[in-house]
Amino acid sequence: MGDFQVKVHPKEYDVIIVGSGAGGGMATYMLSKAGLKVGLLEAGPMYNPQLNVTQLKNPWESKRRGASTKFRPFGDFDGCYWGWSVDGEPYTKTEGTDWMWWRARMLGGRTNHWGRISLRFGPKDFKRKSIDGLGDDWPIGYEDIKPYYDAIDKLIGIFGTNEGLENDPDGFFLPPPKPRLHELMIKKGAAVTGVNVIPSRLSILTKKIESTTERGVCFYCAQCGRNCSMAKADFSSTNVLIYPALKTGNVDVICNAMAREVMTDKEGRATGVSFINKEENREYQVKGKVVILAASACESARLLLNSKSLRHPNGLANSSNVVGKYLHDSTGAGMGGILPQLLGRKKYNEDGVGGAHIYSPWWLDNKKLDFPRGYHIEYWGGMGQPAYGFGWDIQTYNGKYAVAGKKKEAGGYGASLKEDYRYFYGAGVGMDGRGEMIATESNYCEIDPHVVDKYGIPVLKFNVKFSDYEIKQAKHMKETFREIMHNMGAVITWGNDDDEKNMYGLNKPGQIIHEAGTVRMGNNPKTSALNKFNQAHDCKNLFVVDGGAFVSQADKNITWTILALSMRASEYIVDQLKKNNL
Amino acid sequence: MKRRDSIKAIIVGTVASSVLVDACTSAEEKTKPAEQPASGGIDRMKEEAEYEKKLEAETFFTTHEMATITVLADIIIPKDEVSGSASEAGVPAFIEFIVKDMPQHQTPMRGGLKWLDLECFERYQKAFKDCNSKQQLEMVDAIAYPEKAMPEMKQGVAFFNLMRNLTATGFYTSEIGVKDVGYVGNRPNQWVGVPDDVLKQYNLAYTEKELKECI
Repeated sequence: MGDFQVKVHPKEYDVIIVGSGAGGGMATYMLSKAGLKVGLLEAGPMYNPQLNVTQLKNPWESKRRGASTKFRPFGDFDGCYWGWSVDGEPYTKTEGTDWMWWRARMLGGRTNHWGRISLRFGPKDFKRKSIDGLGDDWPIGYEDIKPYYDAIDKLIGIFGTNEGLENDPDGFFLPPPKPRLHELMIKKGAAVTGVNVIPSRLSILTKKIESTTERGVCFYCAQCGRNCSMAKADFSSTNVLIYPALKTGNVDVICNAMAREVMTDKEGRATGVSFINKEENREYQVKGKVVILAASACESARLLLNSKSLRHPNGLANSSNVVGKYLHDSTGAGMGGILPQLLGRKKYNEDGVGGAHIYSPWWLDNKKLDFPRGYHIEYWGGMGQPAYGFGWDIQTYNGKYAVAGKKKEAGGYGASLKEDYRYFYGAGVGMDGRGEMIATESNYCEIDPHVVDKYGIPVLKFNVKFSDYEIKQAKHMKETFREIMHNMGAVITWGNDDDEKNMYGLNKPGQIIHEAGTVRMGNNPKTSALNKFNQAHDCKNLFVVDGGAFVSQADKNITWTILALSMRASEYIVDQLKKNNL
Repeated sequence: MKRRDSIKAIIVGTVASSVLVDACTSAEEKTKPAEQPASGGIDRMKEEAEYEKKLEAETFFTTHEMATITVLADIIIPKDEVSGSASEAGVPAFIEFIVKDMPQHQTPMRGGLKWLDLECFERYQKAFKDCNSKQQLEMVDAIAYPEKAMPEMKQGVAFFNLMRNLTATGFYTSEIGVKDVGYVGNRPNQWVGVPDDVLKQYNLAYTEKELKECI
């Protein structure tokens, strides 16, 4: 340890932000535009979508033809670095816990590849305890966040339609794309079951927006997952927030910086962040007047729990002992099959936007159901770009249908087999439910007392289990999907043989990648870590603006709400700094 | 603007110019990209580039195995009136790469190839690749149809299923195969909905609401 030393970053900032995804990106954008000097710490490299391109590449340009690796679990063209595992950064689980933890390591985080599904929470979503007695109400209501949703719709851009639905609020929408062929069939099939199908709400520009001249419009390559390098037409923190923020001259990105601890002074105030520069393998400290955590719900909780001091013996912002608790994800279950009417279909370009052009918001009343909360349905199908896995196990289905009028023996080879691949291409269809999991104290992450990562930072240990609520919700999803598939005349090929033994095909907790709840907000400092402005009750110059702040997460993908809360917290920070309150 | 013109505007105007404009901004001059992709390649982060270099330096299949894979791949996907063969599409090289990238395929492939040679040796006193094409097809017929294959051929069936999977996946993700299957996307365009003749074919139509609201 002879040459071990901690270097102090030469510059002192108004604000240190840890993490550059949706929450960190928005805070960077807002605060730098307000004239504050921002030091943005990112654990991954300086990704730049204009230079690091996978968009519009052909499958053969990947040696593995788009197959996934540990570096890109969603495929070789995917826009996210790392995911289900990160070399040298383990995490542990208690027995019986099967939590899956996605960790992006790059500027912009997972916003570079996400599904762009941008749903506002509705009025009921903030007051669930008052409705069904479970979990807790938020310290804010829809009316508090609505102006920020409105501002984000206009700043970032989103398509969709105003439907006047009570708990799926209207917004400022660009026109959505027309449904694809299988989506029209889904719409008809779902209607028979009484499931409402409406245009998707995705943060993709189908028209120019007034807030920027820097971004183009969608050119319908269906590759949002690769990040829109060419037109910047979808929302990523990099294209839409961070690179524009860099132009203010007020932001320094400190990349390859793995945060170790939030530093505090004798009074317990945050003074900055200590981190390891991964490239140099060297310890640094960087000072700031305000510290904002946006490292992801679980990483922010980990950072707080690892930031112990005399004033904060239980970890920073944790006098309530709730940090790490109430961890929850979305529920998920799916089903897929073949639409026989699409066999041998006419081929044309139906790429469309990245993702479905339609979705189903939650449509039922829980009073008549045996589970609380709801789920929305996401749909897929059609003629996508071929990738690794194309035609896999054709022997399990090519003997079941007449190809060009002739039923064949399953399996096979040669010209006849080539005919089959052409015939089945584009006939797939399916759907996934994304529902609300109840946030409970007994689902949590904590510091594993025995394990550190390769930087010597204590790692998280997860303890998360589903309850009957989630399992019954998955059962209901399956029943609904079976009906819709049947109504469409689809042949179900997977997801139809789930039962109570496998929790009705419920995805593993964490697998939907909507981690939230670990640093929750509330009015009572004894039962919450943050106040209603994402500010720590115990440390007024410390904020958490990722999914950690959520009290519950509705059946709505959480990004739009992370952005809205981060924008709101940023305004509050500017205001409080002006008043000398921080 | 007509549809064709608007597509052109998208390609020439927005897409191209936004890339050009941003390439010149000062913010980006001072930031280094994560990893510069090799020309024509796809974006690789540092750890990925190192891993791929390592894979490229390895060889898995022997010359004999590669020759067998090539014969099998061309039996599964031969040249026909629509498109070329598996080997013309580079499938054997893809299979060599993918078993290095996905080690779970290594033993089933190596063992399956061995099984095939032993079976052919018993039947024809020759390795599979050295059999004449009548013998090769006779052998393949015994393992290519899972539902009617003899019970003692099951290991061969499992191998052939994997070989079919890898061959088809390699072929239909090649330039020749993508064209064959009729995928015509992955290019800038304006989505205007399902073509009229297709809507008619399925007796479907957009609603008034959709026509009014959608782009």
